[in-house]
Amino acid sequence: MMRDIAISDRQQEQRIFSTRVVLSLCIVLGLTSVVLYRYFDLQINRHLDYVTNSNKNRIHIRSVAPTRGLIFDRRGQLLADNRPAFTLNIIPDRTQNTDSLIAQLGLLLSISNKDVARFEKRAKRSKGFAPVPLKYNLTEEERAILAVNSHLLAGTEVSAQLMRFYPQRELLTHTLGYVGRINDREIRTIDPENYRGTDFIGKIGLEKYYEETLLGKVGTEQVETDARGRVMRVLGKKDPVSGSNLTIHIDSQLQRVALDALKNERGALVAIDVKTGGILSMVSTLSYDPNLFTSGISQKQYDGLLKSPDRPLFNRALRGQYPPGSTVKPLFGLIGLQHKVFDLDYSINDPGYFFMEGIKRPWRDHNADQGGHGQGVDLAEAIIESCDVFFYTTGVKAGIDLLSKESALFGLGDITGIDLPGEKRGIMPSRDWKKENRRQDWFNGDTINMSIGQGFMLTTPLQLAVMSARIAARGKTVVPKLLKSINGEEIAPEYAPDQIEYDDRYWDYIHKAMIDVVHSDRGTARGISKGLNYKLAGKTGTAQVISIHEKEKYDSSKIDKRKWDHALFVAFAPADNPKVALGLIVENGEHGSRTAAPIARKVIDRYLSDYLQKRPNNDALKLAKYSSASIEDN
Amino acid sequence: MYKYDFVRQLDTKGGDRRQNVLHIDFTLLIILLVLCMTGLFVLYSASEQSLYYVKRQATFMMTGFTGMLIVAQFPVRFWERWAGLFYGSALLALIAVLFFGVEAKGATRWLNLGFARFQPSEIAKIAVPMMVSAYLSRRLIPPKLKHVAGALLIVGIPALLIIRQPDLGTSILVFTSGFFVLFLAGLRKRYLAGAFFATLAAAPLLWIYVMRDYQKQRVLTLLSPEDDKFGAGWNIIQSTTAIGSGGFSGKGWTEGTQSQLNFLPESHTDFIIAVMAEEFGLLGVIGLCSIYLLLVGYCMIIAINAQSQFARLMAGSISLTFFIYMFVNMSMVSGLLPVVGVPLPLVSYGGSAIVTLFFGFGILMAISSEPKRIGTWR
Repeated sequence: MMRDIAISDRQQEQRIFSTRVVLSLCIVLGLTSVVLYRYFDLQINRHLDYVTNSNKNRIHIRSVAPTRGLIFDRRGQLLADNRPAFTLNIIPDRTQNTDSLIAQLGLLLSISNKDVARFEKRAKRSKGFAPVPLKYNLTEEERAILAVNSHLLAGTEVSAQLMRFYPQRELLTHTLGYVGRINDREIRTIDPENYRGTDFIGKIGLEKYYEETLLGKVGTEQVETDARGRVMRVLGKKDPVSGSNLTIHIDSQLQRVALDALKNERGALVAIDVKTGGILSMVSTLSYDPNLFTSGISQKQYDGLLKSPDRPLFNRALRGQYPPGSTVKPLFGLIGLQHKVFDLDYSINDPGYFFMEGIKRPWRDHNADQGGHGQGVDLAEAIIESCDVFFYTTGVKAGIDLLSKESALFGLGDITGIDLPGEKRGIMPSRDWKKENRRQDWFNGDTINMSIGQGFMLTTPLQLAVMSARIAARGKTVVPKLLKSINGEEIAPEYAPDQIEYDDRYWDYIHKAMIDVVHSDRGTARGISKGLNYKLAGKTGTAQVISIHEKEKYDSSKIDKRKWDHALFVAFAPADNPKVALGLIVENGEHGSRTAAPIARKVIDRYLSDYLQKRPNNDALKLAKYSSASIEDN
Repeated sequence: MYKYDFVRQLDTKGGDRRQNVLHIDFTLLIILLVLCMTGLFVLYSASEQSLYYVKRQATFMMTGFTGMLIVAQFPVRFWERWAGLFYGSALLALIAVLFFGVEAKGATRWLNLGFARFQPSEIAKIAVPMMVSAYLSRRLIPPKLKHVAGALLIVGIPALLIIRQPDLGTSILVFTSGFFVLFLAGLRKRYLAGAFFATLAAAPLLWIYVMRDYQKQRVLTLLSPEDDKFGAGWNIIQSTTAIGSGGFSGKGWTEGTQSQLNFLPESHTDFIIAVMAEEFGLLGVIGLCSIYLLLVGYCMIIAINAQSQFARLMAGSISLTFFIYMFVNMSMVSGLLPVVGVPLPLVSYGGSAIVTLFFGFGILMAISSEPKRIGTWR
């Protein structure tokens, strides 16, 4: 009996177990099907999506920054160079928490709040896989620290790139400009595609003006990276196209001479090649080192530059607007002659003041002692001795409309068209101008003020240089240009559409008068004639900073130096075959003849010493040596 | 009785005689060898083509094989008799973990014996089904309610101890292996239904009282991995990408970009199936699944042919548990289940899992090579 039960139990056990095993097998097969269907779905149905994901994971397009074009001076001296610099980047996609990573990095090397703020701003607009710079200009030590700790710093990378460097430092800052990091305003105006891979853009000067030429075309590189963002191999690449190299007309040795001559002044000087309009030298003092800006200037340094009363950031040559003073006298005289306002025999009597009909107030002659220049002052004498009354008289006769219209041909009152951004127009006043800007009619009194380069009239040093170049070239309307050649290909000189066709007699006359300003015994600039081995034509000028009552005498000792008159000088040389023309201002330099003219002479001496076969005079030689030595110092 | 033995001996001359002397099931042995070889092959690629892991894994496997062959030599009755002692020591070890356990990665799962570290929960994986099998094989079938309760108690205590470590994955697997014994023993359908609804009812309680934040996170991650792309979601995004990009025939051995470029985490341990799927495609996955199914199926046949209720239950539970390992692992890597630390059996790198698995196969081998008994013999 017991056995039977045992047997039946045994069979039942076996039967139940077998049923359950079969049931289990069904479940096993069912679950396996579910899993396999899942794999089928991922691997077959959604295969392409995942292939895309997988490629997105590993394949990245990296931009390869083009090499920015170099800038050379006319002698082949390198002015703007590229040097390798190292940057610490973070790849947001590769980090779980950028904040803690930055905190970790902060323990290893110094990371400023400014760095972090900039990083966060840039990280916001970057695609997650693209490296975002955190710290620039890593030192060798910092790079070593990062390399040693790289296993702890997943998502970081050190990249090398070329950084702009200006080996001549402060020599040409205002002209060359500099590059700096692209800011929020610029990001909206540029084509982001072409700036992928570079953080820099020309901010001012030539670097800005020729940005497109210098930039080049960005290249791409298809790379495979691992999960930490390390590049494993390059799958394909499109090489970047380097930016074009520029050669500019500037002669850096001449520039050095000019800068040194103006070193202790606030002022500006522009020297132009009379034949081509090429800018040989362009100085604005004080200057500063542009390299400060490429590597990220500190707030303190920047404030120092910004708040200095000398305003070093201000490009006086291009943007400084000053009354031209007497430097416009040759031009107004020339216009008067050509347009028959007076003839070559015309002369006046200068009692030292000028009365306008119906106006009580007299106009003083600033350049004469009591009693004036006396009887029989003709145009030549008026230029040589800078007689104001002659120009008061003829100015009123010529009238504002003629002076305004003709002066424009010489480059006054409008931009000259130089290849630099931000040029100021100056003011060549006219009836319309006054109505528009002052809401008043034009009075003859305004013409009188303007006829000696005062009143409403304002010019930039560049405009003065252009004016003297056009006078020197006898009406050939050269346009000032810095760019000489692109990648060795010469750029043809440019001329303004309106040529000036004046009578040769009048050119000769004005040239002669300007030569006599320097070379005659009575010339206002006779002080610089000593030892000249070429003919230098020039004209001095003094521009009032504050107005002095007609009865008071200007006495510099009673006035703060910042309110002293500006000293101006325009010149060209050699007078018989002009090669170089120049405009120059020394702020608060008082007298064109004493302060400005000697500087002009130094610069022209230096320039012509290369052209004139004769032995250069000692002064120029000494300066040449000095300038080359100081270049080597850099 | 004698007659049958005689007949059997006549039937099984030559090779099979040796099977009787040395308890070896060559079919099982060969399937396991194939699986292990496949595992090593994938492991080489998954461990950045370093032989280090492959060599260590091979050593584990050889140890496992040796252990399996030794275990296979013990008669099944031996395990049935000593199941209680085995289970008791497993419980003691689990309790010891609570007090003297070694902590690693926020969980206390290890015991340090001085010469070696081991995971008591691994022993529980064998000891629990063994104890339940021994318990139920002496009871009437289908099990009465009080026996069901007794079995659940046997299963529940170690399961709770393991949850405390915390190791939810292993705990569930241990519980499952014990539950399989109950199921195979013929647990009534109403109890099954009851268990099903009890599980449903317990789920919220489990969520609130038992599951830790990181465990909840894993469940949430399963539902929307993109929410935490670089945190919890990273693993699952990368593993599905690896699997999906493998396509039908895969990218080729050692050519999987997801695994070779380290996008795939844990590529040589829990996520090794993603390497397989990426490099060998759906074909490879189907191939591997076939080996697993062959193994599970063969183990089921062993179970059906087993000579005692204990052996049947034990064999059935071991094979089903083995299948569950594979199912859970392949599901979690492909995003069907939350990520619980369950390795792919015999393919994922890891010593203790291999040793435990081979222990189980040793018992299976012992069962399969037991002398056949016919009918009512006892």
